[in-house]
Amino acid sequence: MGIGIRIEELRKVYDTPPPSAARGGGFSFTPMRTAGPKEKKKKLEVVALDNISLEIRPGEIFGLLGPNGAGKSTTIGILTTRTQPTSGRAFIGEYDVWKQQVKAKLLIGVVPQRPNLDFALTAREILLFHGAYFGQSAKERTRRADELIEKFKLTDRADHMVRGFSGGMMQRLSIARAMMHDPEVLFLDEPSAGLDPQTRLLLWEIIREYNRLGKTLVITTHYMDEADALCERLAIIDHGKIIAKGTPQELKASIPGGYLLRLRFDRVSDELLAQLRAIPGVSEVRSTEPGATDVYADRGGTLISGIVSSAQTAGVELRDVHIAEPSLENLFLHHTGRSLRD
Amino acid sequence: MNWKTFYAMLSRDGHVARRNLIPTLVQNLLQPMLLTFVFGRILTTSGMMKMDYKNVLLPGIIAISMVLSGVWAVAMPLISEFQFTREIEDRLLAPMETHWLAVEKVIAGMIQAMVSGLVVIPSAWLVMGKGVSLDFSHPLEFAAVCLLVALLSAAGGLTLGCSIGQTQIGLMFSMVIAPMMMFGCAYYPWSALASFPTLQYVVLINPLVYASEGLRGTLAPDVQHISIPLVLGALVAFDLVLLVVGLKKFGDKAVS
Ligand SMILES: Nc1ncnc2c1ncn2[C@@H]1O[C@H](COP(=O)(O)OP(=O)(O)OP(=O)(O)O)[C@@H](O)[C@H]1O
Ligand SMILES: [Mg+2]
Repeated sequence: MGIGIRIEELRKVYDTPPPSAARGGGFSFTPMRTAGPKEKKKKLEVVALDNISLEIRPGEIFGLLGPNGAGKSTTIGILTTRTQPTSGRAFIGEYDVWKQQVKAKLLIGVVPQRPNLDFALTAREILLFHGAYFGQSAKERTRRADELIEKFKLTDRADHMVRGFSGGMMQRLSIARAMMHDPEVLFLDEPSAGLDPQTRLLLWEIIREYNRLGKTLVITTHYMDEADALCERLAIIDHGKIIAKGTPQELKASIPGGYLLRLRFDRVSDELLAQLRAIPGVSEVRSTEPGATDVYADRGGTLISGIVSSAQTAGVELRDVHIAEPSLENLFLHHTGRSLRD
Repeated sequence: MNWKTFYAMLSRDGHVARRNLIPTLVQNLLQPMLLTFVFGRILTTSGMMKMDYKNVLLPGIIAISMVLSGVWAVAMPLISEFQFTREIEDRLLAPMETHWLAVEKVIAGMIQAMVSGLVVIPSAWLVMGKGVSLDFSHPLEFAAVCLLVALLSAAGGLTLGCSIGQTQIGLMFSMVIAPMMMFGCAYYPWSALASFPTLQYVVLINPLVYASEGLRGTLAPDVQHISIPLVLGALVAFDLVLLVVGLKKFGDKAVS
């Protein structure tokens, strides 16, 4: 039981604009028009993934964490047969995703970042037809659809066309749809985007419960707390590269000190930095921008008095202090020099 | 090949088509019926056209209805499903090679084209009133032409649907469909173009010509028409080309 995932030296370079912006995939009334813009488009190269290797163990909840445009959805796209890698290989269980697509597709369920529900159908029909695509018998799919509609609290809208659904309802339905055929591996691309806090907790519970059945889950998110709360292991991606991986605890422990104090002064001098470094418990001091300094330390608030007196000694004025507890956010900051939300 | 999946997708399309039955019927029938009434009834009864023009027109109307409804049935959903909402994604993730989904769309389109041909024959006949004499003495040729025309329309719909975006639908109609209908020998036999020799050969690149002429040749053989074997050959060729191009384009659109 349990299906693992392996990614080997995956690269993806997009050389065409995304489909929504595409000018119609090459059809043109005058042959002349295709030649011109196409040559220009070749230059529009985006390296979305830059040599990523990764192993996801059977039965774990694995998190892909990274800012917008990091390459999370591209990774999921490649693992789910929807995006063709430029080079490298990806395996679901023993199947090469690109060479044995059908076998791989039988094992996976996918919740896309943007709901892509079939607008010509009602919520219940979406689940029933999805079950039918996966060869479930009429009895089985009716039972399973009822169960999921109930679980995702869609009972009163089950027989409405999904056109009129709110964003969160569509999101819930797409998660239900992905679970409909009981896949061994479930991919969730930003599953909690657009959910209210209560539904988010419900979703977390559903994810954990599904995992307890021995299923592998891959989740992308840019919420640190979500990754922290749900995932057994994480990879942090930025600009198409993996910058760190491990359990949330390991990752947090890898930040020098653990606590991060973001300080603002009217100016920063070398003397000040030296003073700060000398405070007991401080493991690293970095001046990030004029007037701002990040202090990594093994404790938080108790350092303030030391910082204040260092400032006085150095003759600068302390303007602002922000204390962050050990978190993935700090980790990201430490590895990239940027905050996740920048 | 996963037949269960294939069948489930066909039933999904059938289900959606049944749900939209009335609008689809109106859309596929109203225009041909208006044309039939004006050209086949008013102009003939008033004496501006000879009565036997009815036999020229009816097969042409059937050809246009079949081709339009097949193209429409395949191209329109494809265009919107491949748009920003990517509604098609769920079916692309089903356990079946993705090109079979395109094949499924073509078969669903063929069925719709056939149904609309079947509905148009009696309705147009009724609207035209007295004086129509269709000849059903070549059922095999007729069936072959119908099948090939249905495939033509569905494969054409696949190619068009995978070639253009939502914003270009209007342009497609005015630049592709409208000229095709006007120069598709639906309202006049191909032989009538004899006095425009260049045009007569240029229109041969329009597959609708073979659809109209084929149906005319099998339903009203007395009207002068392109020979049936030639028509069948041309239809097979167009079908194959459109199918191959359509499948290729579908494949390109299906993955990013
Ligand atoms: N279909 C596409 N065509 C062209 N470029 C694309 C396509 N999809 C993604 N990209 C580009 O690839 C890069 C990675 O995108 P991706 O969607 O994988 O990021 P992400 O980590 O999922 O971001 P987000 O958090 O915003 O969802 C981006 O620069 C994006 O512009
Ligand atoms: Mg994404």
